[in-house]
Amino acid sequence: MDSEITLRVDGRRETLSVDTRTTLLDALRERLGVTSPKKGCDHGQCGACTVLLDGRRATSCLTFAVANDDSEVVTAEGLAEEDEPHPVQRALLDNDGFQCGYCTPGQVCSAVGMLDEAKSGWPSYVTEDLDESVELDEDEIRERMSGNLCRCGAYANIVTAIREAAE
Amino acid sequence: MKPFDYQRATDADSAIATVSRDPEARYIGGGTNLVDHMKLGITEPGKLVDITRLPYDSVESLPDGRVRIGATVRNSDLAAEPVIRQRYPVLAQALLSGASGQLRNLATTGGNLLQRTRCSYFQDVTTPCNKREPGSGCSALEGWNRHHAVLGASERCVATHPSDMAVALAALDADVLVAGPDGQRTVPVTELHRLPGDEPEQDTVLRHGELVTAVELPSLPFAVRSRYRKVRDRASYAFALVSVAAAVEVTDGDITDARIAFGGLAHKPWRATAAERALHGAPATEEAFRAAADAELAEAETLRDNEFKVPMTRNTLASVLRELTQQEGS
Ligand SMILES: Cc1cc2nc3c(=O)[nH]c(=O)nc-3n(C[C@H](O)[C@H](O)[C@H](O)COP(=O)(O)OP(=O)(O)OC[C@H]3O[C@@H](n4cnc5c(N)ncnc54)[C@H](O)[C@@H]3O)c2cc1C
Ligand code: SF4
Ligand code: FES
Ligand code: FES
Repeated sequence: MDSEITLRVDGRRETLSVDTRTTLLDALRERLGVTSPKKGCDHGQCGACTVLLDGRRATSCLTFAVANDDSEVVTAEGLAEEDEPHPVQRALLDNDGFQCGYCTPGQVCSAVGMLDEAKSGWPSYVTEDLDESVELDEDEIRERMSGNLCRCGAYANIVTAIREAAE
Repeated sequence: MKPFDYQRATDADSAIATVSRDPEARYIGGGTNLVDHMKLGITEPGKLVDITRLPYDSVESLPDGRVRIGATVRNSDLAAEPVIRQRYPVLAQALLSGASGQLRNLATTGGNLLQRTRCSYFQDVTTPCNKREPGSGCSALEGWNRHHAVLGASERCVATHPSDMAVALAALDADVLVAGPDGQRTVPVTELHRLPGDEPEQDTVLRHGELVTAVELPSLPFAVRSRYRKVRDRASYAFALVSVAAAVEVTDGDITDARIAFGGLAHKPWRATAAERALHGAPATEEAFRAAADAELAEAETLRDNEFKVPMTRNTLASVLRELTQQEGS
């Protein structure tokens, strides 16, 4: 069953007709040709499909496109300004924060969303005092980024890069 | 995936009417469990009614000290809510221990409560499973059952309920507000989920078409000293093997009130009333903590792969109580 939806994707307004069964991830990749969000597991378990949905990080494989009519989607591709990478992208480049790069666009969107959450004072499971403002040390970054798996195991450098970008 | 019709609900009454009259219709919140199940072929709804735009997205402090959490409040927003962090840390911690940042941004309060078991046979449509297909048998009973239940299970099903949030809500004595075609009712969260018995296909006492509209927390002042501890196979982003939610009140070195619930042990969040009774009036000592755990676990029945859960629960409860009572004394 088809349904017409409008999305803003990386600043562009897109109107398309989608089968209700299409996930947001498939709509982006297969229908709009926006391939920076990756399909790793398709079950919410890896984070490769992470995008910023109305400004918040979200797995795009477990939400139907129709449920996101009128939403704003920003992918890793849309975070760069012209030729200038986003500070999180720059830090991953500078610190060798990837090997094959498959998980990277998801890591980038997740890190950008996570830094915003920390700035708003959101605690994590490893935050000792839920009332205090958070300091993004290594434990905090690892916990907050645990939804993004990296099969190449580039974690050590991903953490370093995010710490750098957080400063 | 079977084709389905999608509707975005604009008012609760018509959403309830639509789902109630159509046995193939389902509500959808964040979709993080339901979409997964539709992909796996576990469920094949003909119609989805999206409830995320209904006006249930706020957390309200009520004049009598209770706190009302709307059913569509996202798990991440609820964990970040100041009133939850300050008055019910056990709930904030339970939420933060679940799933991942990007999933918590989608997951809703109602959907989290009603998420279904992660039993690997339940999720694999090629294997027998009484919960998915009543009467087909339980593959876990003699199969791989490391994650399965040690309390309240039946011959028909040994699955555990996966929600962390629900364990904290059970310890806090929360109420679930439900609206149906015949009006509203309140179900204590400890009575929302069922034990499997002869009908493991029924996770909860809700009837088709009933909509969870909110969860209410009682005032419970001593919950400011409360904690959620989750033990799992990796440090983060994994379901609980065992978890403990606890709040204690200590007066002059004695425990005067305690609320305890276990996760990962049963088909529902397990409110540990026998442990609570054992602690009532007891001194805050290691022996008392262990005796309380033993009182609750006396009925435990383990399977081939999950014997470890009994000592793990005992140790985790003792450690949480130790931390809470030391905190109280200082
Ligand atoms: C990789 C992964 C890891 C996870 N790890 C954890 C974990 O460690 N701990 C944990 O607790 N959870 C975990 N989860 C589960 C997650 O918390 C749930 O998927 C989520 O909370 C479900 O909420 P939702 O709004 O997305 O529900 P949905 O998928 O939208 O709905 C779930 C069910 O509830 C019904 N429903 C939804 N809202 C209502 C309502 N208001 N009234 C009546 N019925 C309703 C739907 O019809 C459906 O049957 C994990 C999930 C994934 C994918
Ligand atoms: S434990 Fe329950 S859910 Fe798992 S296979 Fe047995 S009947 Fe199915
Ligand atoms: S593809 Fe979405 S989490 Fe793996
Ligand atoms: S860089 Fe290869 S998966 Fe992360």
